[in-house]
Amino acid sequence: MSVKKVDLTHLRPYGDQMDDGAVQLSFTLPIPDGPRGREAARQMANSMGLSEVQVVFSQDLKENFTFFVVYGHLEKYADYTSIKAIGVEAPKMDMEQVNDYISKYVKRPVVVIGATIGTDAHTVGLDSILNMKGFHGDSGLERYKMFKVHNLGSQVSPTDLAKKIRETKADIVLISQIVTQRNIHIKNMTKLVDILEAEGLRKSVLLIAGGPRITHELAVELGYDAGFGAGSMPSEVASYIASEMAKRALSSSKER
Amino acid sequence: MNDKPTLKLNQDLVRKAREFAKEVTDGVQKFINARSTTSVERTVARLYGVDGISESGVPLSNVVVSDVEKANGLNRGIAYWIANGCVAKQVSPQELAEAVGRKEFSLIDLPPQKESVVAEKIDEMTGKALSYVRKIRDERDEMLKALGDPPQPYLYVIVATGNIYEDALQAKAAAKEGADVIAVIRSTAQSLLDFVPYGPTTEGYGGTYATQENFKIMRKALDEAAQEVGRYVRLTNYASGLCMPEISAMGALEGLDFLLNDSMYGILFRNINMLRTFVDQYTSRLVCAYSHITINTGEDNYIKTSDPISRAHTVTTSQLINEQFALKSHMKPEYMGIGHAFEIDPDVENGLLYEIAHALLTRELFPRATPKYMPPTRHMTGDIFKGYAMNTLYNLVSIMTGQSIQLLGMLTEAIHTPFLQDRYLAIENAKYVFNNAKALGKEIEFKDDGFIQKRANEVLENAVELLEHVKKVGLMSAIEEGTFGDISRKKEEGKGADGVFVKGEDYYNPLFETMESELEGEEK
Repeated sequence: MSVKKVDLTHLRPYGDQMDDGAVQLSFTLPIPDGPRGREAARQMANSMGLSEVQVVFSQDLKENFTFFVVYGHLEKYADYTSIKAIGVEAPKMDMEQVNDYISKYVKRPVVVIGATIGTDAHTVGLDSILNMKGFHGDSGLERYKMFKVHNLGSQVSPTDLAKKIRETKADIVLISQIVTQRNIHIKNMTKLVDILEAEGLRKSVLLIAGGPRITHELAVELGYDAGFGAGSMPSEVASYIASEMAKRALSSSKER
Repeated sequence: MNDKPTLKLNQDLVRKAREFAKEVTDGVQKFINARSTTSVERTVARLYGVDGISESGVPLSNVVVSDVEKANGLNRGIAYWIANGCVAKQVSPQELAEAVGRKEFSLIDLPPQKESVVAEKIDEMTGKALSYVRKIRDERDEMLKALGDPPQPYLYVIVATGNIYEDALQAKAAAKEGADVIAVIRSTAQSLLDFVPYGPTTEGYGGTYATQENFKIMRKALDEAAQEVGRYVRLTNYASGLCMPEISAMGALEGLDFLLNDSMYGILFRNINMLRTFVDQYTSRLVCAYSHITINTGEDNYIKTSDPISRAHTVTTSQLINEQFALKSHMKPEYMGIGHAFEIDPDVENGLLYEIAHALLTRELFPRATPKYMPPTRHMTGDIFKGYAMNTLYNLVSIMTGQSIQLLGMLTEAIHTPFLQDRYLAIENAKYVFNNAKALGKEIEFKDDGFIQKRANEVLENAVELLEHVKKVGLMSAIEEGTFGDISRKKEEGKGADGVFVKGEDYYNPLFETMESELEGEEK
């Protein structure tokens, strides 16, 4: 007896057998509960590319809304072999290693400026990366002796941020966006890039975005150097900063 | 009520904690009594019937108050100027404000009218305002009595679509599924606006504005749902920020049940000037006390950033301070939704035991209050299944320790504002646990000197120690030192400092004076 081997060019979800394509879904439809509603849910799953669809649960949510739990088998697949890594690529270092790395290659403390921009008042994400205490036992950037951190807090306008970048001679700009309703974070992030470019500051800083709905891909697409999503640790951000700053220091010394 | 286990708290410590908290707030209260703010004066204008906005979009309550402020007349109180204007022009407060909004005249330039006539006018306006507030309050009380107060813990959920009409629809669905309290999430950053926006919100970011019209729309929707389900449904909004007293007045006028209202939240988490916040919270809570609006304090915020175990005593300390400030506003304990939260890292060994000890400490320390318990947020990761399990434990602690107001955790916390189905799943979870473990609290006795009793007493002890220090240096200096939430705020810094002023010798504000004396009468 052998176990069927995974076909990485035709990657499918795994339920309890290789290649069964099993997925679970839950969603709400703005219709009343009943046989017709369940059929609508089934067809909805069909149109997503699922076969052998089972609507295992439906619940009246009142005011003509119904909640469904649905299982099915996905026919579609992804080609894993053609995917290049799209996350932030940096060697993982701890606090001591980051400090040593910066001392060795950058040879001076790195100035970090952080803010939440636009109307976003939430500093939870920013604080967990910057504040001494950090997150889950992973110390924040303020505790690193080779970082000089300016935490500007919430609701900083892009223009004020640009002014502060000049004042502090910041190397790193960290912005956090938590509120993502109606894609307000995209607008805020784009506006910042525009202003930094207009002010001629974009190239002189490493621009990093963070937030639960931020991905590296999205950040790069919007003109940032890197993006850190949910669950990112201060040490990951620190490692990235150290290795990028070292790269920049090395390339600029070569130019001279 | 012997339906929950006891912690056998050291009663000597309990007495000391209250005594110290009282002394801490006594010092600040002297300061408060001598002052008013632009927001307090705008509240007076609103209660006298000034509503709406000027042609350039400025709320008329701001228009009349800045008109007098610019001419340095505010230390007399806005009541006099409105009354004098109404007598001089023979118009209503609203008509008067509209005319000032059109820049027809300044209140300061109107000739002073006969003193006795102005005094009569003030009495008339005050009587009218208070009888309207009482009417709304009595209507709410009667409806609550008629439909019946649901059993505690109340199931509290939020709506946050940014469109008040869609919020109303979702709120109705939630009420029909079993929600007892609906909170309408407020637009990001309203707390920093020095005016209250006007009209219905249909495209808000991160919620809707707290406007009188939005309050009205939601109140109507919830009352309809309440009649349908035969159960009273409470409405919550947020008073915190630069307009604390004004929003309380709007809540009073529109019959809100709960308002988020903390004596120090604005200072610490919104960088609002501390003098401004202390003066504002007093009037804000006075209006709540008079209108039977339950305040919800914000201690959950402390342990969203600081460690919930090592800093647990800062929660207790703040609760005691909030209680004393509320008592000074003549608020009855049953209208105090004392805040706390279930935020301990789920990886901590015996984390549940700590949570039980902390939750029961709040319950036992404030036996007549209606504690508001807040769900896990900081360790919610996007693993919705683990999140659902954490919310189940949170609900279990609540029913076991006899909490009053249960803000239901959402399994999608940290991902997005709740989906309709998330709210349903949260309500199902709470209903299941509350029913399944209904009498659990009655059955439990904690081991003498066991983990839970020891832990609760330890937190209380640390709180007493901290309060003793705060008493020594004074509350304002303690805030400057960064005692609360690891955040330091300076006395003269922060937003809204310029709106605080010392009452003049001729300051007159019969509206709040009458509220105070009526409530004092009730206390006796």
